[in-house]
Amino acid sequence: MDVVPKWAEVILVPLISLMLAAILSALVILAIGEDPVAAVNLMITGALGSTYGWGYTLYYATNFLFTGLAVSVAFHAGLFNIGGEGQAMLGGLGVALACLLVPWPHWTIALLAATVAAGLFGAAWAAIPAFLQARRGSHIVITTIMFNFIAAAVLNYVLVNLMRPAGSMDPATARFPEAVHLPTLHDILGVVGIEFSKSAPANVTFLIAILACVLVWLLLWRTWLGYEIRSYGKSESAAKYAGISPFAITMIAMLISGGLAGMMAINNVMGEAERLVLNAVEGAGFIGIAVALMGRNHPFGVFLAAILFGFLYQGGAELALWTSIPRELIVVIQALIILFTGALDNMVRMPLERLFLMIRRGNA
Amino acid sequence: MADKAPAIELKGISKAFGPVQANKDISIRVMPGTIHGIIGENGAGKSTLMSILYGFYKADKGEIFIAGNKTEIPDSQAAIAAGIGMVFQHFKLVENFTVLENIILGAEDGRLLRPSLAKARKTLLELEREYGLNVDPDAVIEEIGVGMQQRVEILKALYRRADILILDEPTGVLTPAEADQLFRILGRLREEGKTIILITHKLREIMEATDTVSVMRRGEMTATVKTSETSPAELAELMVGRKVLLRVDKTPATPGDVVLDIKGLKVVDDQGVERVKGIDLQVRAGEIVGIAGVAGNGQSELLEVLGGYADATGEVTLNGQPLDLSGRYSDGRSRRTRGIGHVPEDRQREGLIMDFSAWENTAFGYHRSDAYQSGMLLNNAAIRSDTEGKMERFDVRPPDPALPAKSFSGGNQQKIVLAREIERNPDLLLVGQPTRGVDIGAIEFIHQQIVALRDQGKAILLVSVELEEILALADRVAVMFDGHIMGERLSAETDEKELGLLMAGVEG
Repeated sequence: MDVVPKWAEVILVPLISLMLAAILSALVILAIGEDPVAAVNLMITGALGSTYGWGYTLYYATNFLFTGLAVSVAFHAGLFNIGGEGQAMLGGLGVALACLLVPWPHWTIALLAATVAAGLFGAAWAAIPAFLQARRGSHIVITTIMFNFIAAAVLNYVLVNLMRPAGSMDPATARFPEAVHLPTLHDILGVVGIEFSKSAPANVTFLIAILACVLVWLLLWRTWLGYEIRSYGKSESAAKYAGISPFAITMIAMLISGGLAGMMAINNVMGEAERLVLNAVEGAGFIGIAVALMGRNHPFGVFLAAILFGFLYQGGAELALWTSIPRELIVVIQALIILFTGALDNMVRMPLERLFLMIRRGNA
Repeated sequence: MADKAPAIELKGISKAFGPVQANKDISIRVMPGTIHGIIGENGAGKSTLMSILYGFYKADKGEIFIAGNKTEIPDSQAAIAAGIGMVFQHFKLVENFTVLENIILGAEDGRLLRPSLAKARKTLLELEREYGLNVDPDAVIEEIGVGMQQRVEILKALYRRADILILDEPTGVLTPAEADQLFRILGRLREEGKTIILITHKLREIMEATDTVSVMRRGEMTATVKTSETSPAELAELMVGRKVLLRVDKTPATPGDVVLDIKGLKVVDDQGVERVKGIDLQVRAGEIVGIAGVAGNGQSELLEVLGGYADATGEVTLNGQPLDLSGRYSDGRSRRTRGIGHVPEDRQREGLIMDFSAWENTAFGYHRSDAYQSGMLLNNAAIRSDTEGKMERFDVRPPDPALPAKSFSGGNQQKIVLAREIERNPDLLLVGQPTRGVDIGAIEFIHQQIVALRDQGKAILLVSVELEEILALADRVAVMFDGHIMGERLSAETDEKELGLLMAGVEG
């Protein structure tokens, strides 16, 4: 018997947490001598007030969708994949190789190939920690963190020594050919007659990310594989009893997780930069953890949380641009949100439970 | 006695969880220096009542008097201060701490550990001597047996100067001998003037150990009687609300072909210890073979091997075909496709996923079977309707497939597992501790289902630490001790005494 109805659990609890985080953030802004109301206004107009703002918000959200889903899938198997950052970096390498080595006739085929390559590279990067966990019991949190550093080093080496065009001083690959240019939301929405900012980076990958949400949901709640992943995550001893192989599930869940993280690269590498640069991921792998946490590891929750964090990213950039509020403050706000929605979850939930109990008793 | 104030008096305690009235206007008086039994089926409200007394829940209505004084118990600290000690069904011990460390945990004197350990050791030895508890203070919890772990829990309460000791289903995990020892200790505590409340669903224990007994049914206290003036049959009827069959009604077995044939089976555990040391055993169609033995003598490992989640060496055949004991085809799924059903010993850790709904648990282990698929996806509707049928046929209450497993009572959880395994129509059913933590009404039902499966000509291997249950259910009994089978007896031709000797390792 759940005390709190589902709608309250899913909507009210995160909403209240968010409000608390917002109030505290406002106090912080006040404390540094700025006007919180003006700051909120600026963030909202900056991130949501124009199609340009939306274009950035959705672009960031797309990144977070992939990394958030990646963390969620692993989490359902009881695995904490902190390696989204490294897996997304390697995904970028996959995308770059796919785009540069083959002369694609059309962006659709290129996108398909790049997605596969990104997924495979990301999955491969997750496979080693997964194997070490499944066979040797090396803790996946430690190994995936280490693999983030190794990924950065690998990418550095590859970009500087192997893929840098001759004569370039920039540790980046050559620009991808025009044929693999992905349609932006401007191009897509233009077809149906909606005016969308031309210079914003949101692109067709956003739709793929939504598709990924649906597929992850189907996988987890509608297939026996997802059932096995969730079973294993809830109870390893019960999974063994049922004949579910811990090795297989650890590997599969991490491969899917790594693959999803890797696929982020079609957004930032193929869709936006159109070449692979150093540090292309920009921390999105870590934001994915917060997104999964806030979205309660459910694809729909991850979707909402990703949009929220996209908004914070874009709104924060605007703040830094137009006020003397430093960029770092955005990190503070993000941290507060993570703190309230994740770590302090019970602080909101418990009083709410008590409230609902009182209401129910009043009715009875 | 009459002029003394009761050690505990509850007046009109009521507690509701949402629409469920767990305790309805309960009043009870427990005199000091007595053992008072509280008996009732799972879900009757015994645990809720004790949780109120121990400060886990706050009663909606009612008053608590300790030694005649009205007492508020908002939390367990207050309960301890009022002299109440609780021994939970699931022990609350830190596995890798020593006995001594566990005992002072939360009751340390001062900030430094060492002096408080030394002081505690002295107190502890005194307590042990006084009550004959026989516990080594330096033993590490995970290395000592369940019986001793329980004595540690009792010591913990005594160390906190408890005058009133509440024991929640204390014998659920004990052997008959350990249970006897526990009751001797309780007797001694009573002589020293302690008051003991014993919560159980086992009639025999009530009859053996208590002075007075209260019966609870559906949140209400239906009767409080002197134990010497009642009978097990009367108590059972009060508990369930109807006449109950205390024996298992079954005809003699008509064993057919050998279904399970075990030869020279050896099991080595993860630590390299040999747990099963070469056993031979046969189970025929249409018979129930019971494995008796004190917990930890290799029975669990035997079930794990047959159920497909532990490796072993030796030779096992099912219906004449060899069974893989290691490698790819020795997992639980392969066992199920070969026609082995398994009701595991620990339904909460193994048999069920407590956070999953009843319908998700109904598919557990069989989730890849064709009946539960539609194309690439799980056919959730089919699983759900299958669950509804199973819940109805096995009388699972409440019959709501969407409820998570953890919100069912122990008996109903076991029925969910049993329905899942039995209705797959297995050739061999492995059953571990089928009625551990299960109420009387459900025990009767579960036993009937197992016998019914036998009568359909299926082979059943039953492992239980309850000798009574083995004798009542099994047609043939094999006793395990230290990884060996000490002997086999027909259950009609043996008794608890003979089996008890075999269980202790005395050659028959």
